[in-house]
Amino acid sequence: MQDTLNLFVMNIGQWLSANLGTLNNPDQIIVEIARWLRTEFGNWGVVGFILANLMATVPLIAVFSGCFALTTWLERKGLGRIQNRYGPNRVGPYGLFQPMADGIKMLLKEDIVPERADKIGHFLAPVIIMIPAMTGLVFLPIGRNIIAASIDSALLFFFAIGSIVSLSVFMAGWASHNKFSLVGGMRAIAQLVSYEMPLILSAVVVVMFVGSMNTSVIVEAQQIKSWVTSDAPALQCLGQVLGWHVFQPWGLMGFLLLFVSALAEANRSPFDLPEADSEIIAGHLTEYSGFKYALFFLAEYVNTFAIIGICTTLFLGGWNGPNIRPPWSDDPQALLIPGFVWFFLKIFVLMGIMIWIRGTLPRLRIDQLMGFAWKFLLPLAIINLLVAGCFYHMEWYFGWPFSILILCKSYAIVVRLNKSKLVNSNRTYTYA
Amino acid sequence: MNGQGILKGMLVTAKNFFGSYVSRERLTTVSYPEGGNTIKEQSRNIPFLVFDGEDPVAGMRCTACQKCEKACPPQCIFIEKDKDERGKALQRPKVFDIDASVCMGCQICVEVCPFESIWMDSNFELSTFNRFEGLQFNREKLLKSNTYFHKIHPQQAQASDDRLAEKERKRLEREAARRAEKSASEPQV
Ligand code: SF4
Ligand code: SF4
Repeated sequence: MQDTLNLFVMNIGQWLSANLGTLNNPDQIIVEIARWLRTEFGNWGVVGFILANLMATVPLIAVFSGCFALTTWLERKGLGRIQNRYGPNRVGPYGLFQPMADGIKMLLKEDIVPERADKIGHFLAPVIIMIPAMTGLVFLPIGRNIIAASIDSALLFFFAIGSIVSLSVFMAGWASHNKFSLVGGMRAIAQLVSYEMPLILSAVVVVMFVGSMNTSVIVEAQQIKSWVTSDAPALQCLGQVLGWHVFQPWGLMGFLLLFVSALAEANRSPFDLPEADSEIIAGHLTEYSGFKYALFFLAEYVNTFAIIGICTTLFLGGWNGPNIRPPWSDDPQALLIPGFVWFFLKIFVLMGIMIWIRGTLPRLRIDQLMGFAWKFLLPLAIINLLVAGCFYHMEWYFGWPFSILILCKSYAIVVRLNKSKLVNSNRTYTYA
Repeated sequence: MNGQGILKGMLVTAKNFFGSYVSRERLTTVSYPEGGNTIKEQSRNIPFLVFDGEDPVAGMRCTACQKCEKACPPQCIFIEKDKDERGKALQRPKVFDIDASVCMGCQICVEVCPFESIWMDSNFELSTFNRFEGLQFNREKLLKSNTYFHKIHPQQAQASDDRLAEKERKRLEREAARRAEKSASEPQV
């Protein structure tokens, strides 16, 4: 054991001097280190195998939990400022350590299980909700070659796994033996199932264009290859921005639809009906306290990250950004700023928009929510699908005006239809 | 175009967000310990007793008439009259306790007091380490100078001073009148 460790340390030194001295490709440093570690672990037998696997997953969990903590702080700060308050400013500089204080508080709370609750279900729900949340992260290409599982059906797998969330939410609602929880669980099922449809249909257009469901391939496809490999820095820069799918008519439409459905899928305001605190206390979370509640909370945010990560990957170019090749490098794929910087930047911008929306829009009513999914998002997603299909087979000077025209017109028509009596008969509600 | 309302709303919140960094007036919150005392003229919580001059006991306005004790709705005032060496009741309290944990700050005691003696304090930093004795405010703790009263409620204190002066003037007038009456009736005897 001693010898192995000594050898290990020696190898680190050798490798560092050999690879980092030149700094050929700053983008790939982490990848190189990981690759080298993995070959090193290869000699260690079973321990090495476990270590290599942990190496892929633990950073993912750690980084996204960190992002979660940061986001709760950002959210409270941002909402505070929107309402002309300070927000948390006591724990640490600018209240930055507030999430830790919250975490400690959560851990110290008593874990209460209602007497007549379904004990097993009540316990399992927060555990199960972590699985889809964390698994979703595996398919996000955080940088070039930085992806935990680069599989060919990543997108399909992502959406399939994502629907487990509704199972655990309903499990929590049912097992709590509480009317509010049950109502919350039922709302969650209805909402998640309805919004899955526009979510997936708006993502499919990208698969149509790229011809692959592999997220890494999708990101690579959003570069203008000839520009990126050229010698002019300005072209390299633009080549990694203008290729994003969001800069195409179908892409913009798809992105907006995906983002709105993502809001609903992630239970974010204004679609946070399952846990509408002014109506049903906290929905399925009503009977949870202490660490189980924290788990739900964490899962919700990680889920949000996963889904806006997919938004970024599909439409906003993933780890692509205004980036140039370092002048001293001879590697055509080298990037000056590591790709994951852009990726996390985009994620946090989208998260910021979500917080902004939360600070602005009031919650929808349940029938409005359903109507919005089935009568507004779904038709637009299908039209977008058709437009994208046509766009693919047209010359650009014909495809662009055509798709812009069709999309604008169909938006107007869908809005008009939604307002007309034909679709939207006035309902009267009677209260029991 | 549909959806404009949402954009407009987003604009409003954005304005608020950035505005709160630019203009201090938007932020109405006072960060408590370091933000300073923002007690307003009319704020009140627990009553206190006013004394004139320097010596709290000699300058005490309270005459132990016990009106406030009887009027206090939750009955949190306890008064015991002071006695001199011969056991004659004096016109001032020996014990004057207010249970701060019971007092609800209704200000009724202030309204019934005929001697301008009891007034509402606005000090809200009352936390103690002891729930029972710590919140039992005795006479020494309750007695505060008129200067302090002027500091926390300038208008009320001025009005109270004016009323006292008026009373004093009337008393002097009455005395003078009585003395004049007396001297007028004396020669006839
Ligand atoms: S303020 Fe009200 S409750 Fe408090 S001592 Fe005076 S009369 Fe009693
Ligand atoms: S405070 Fe006023 S009402 Fe109360 S005993 Fe003293 S003089 Fe009387």
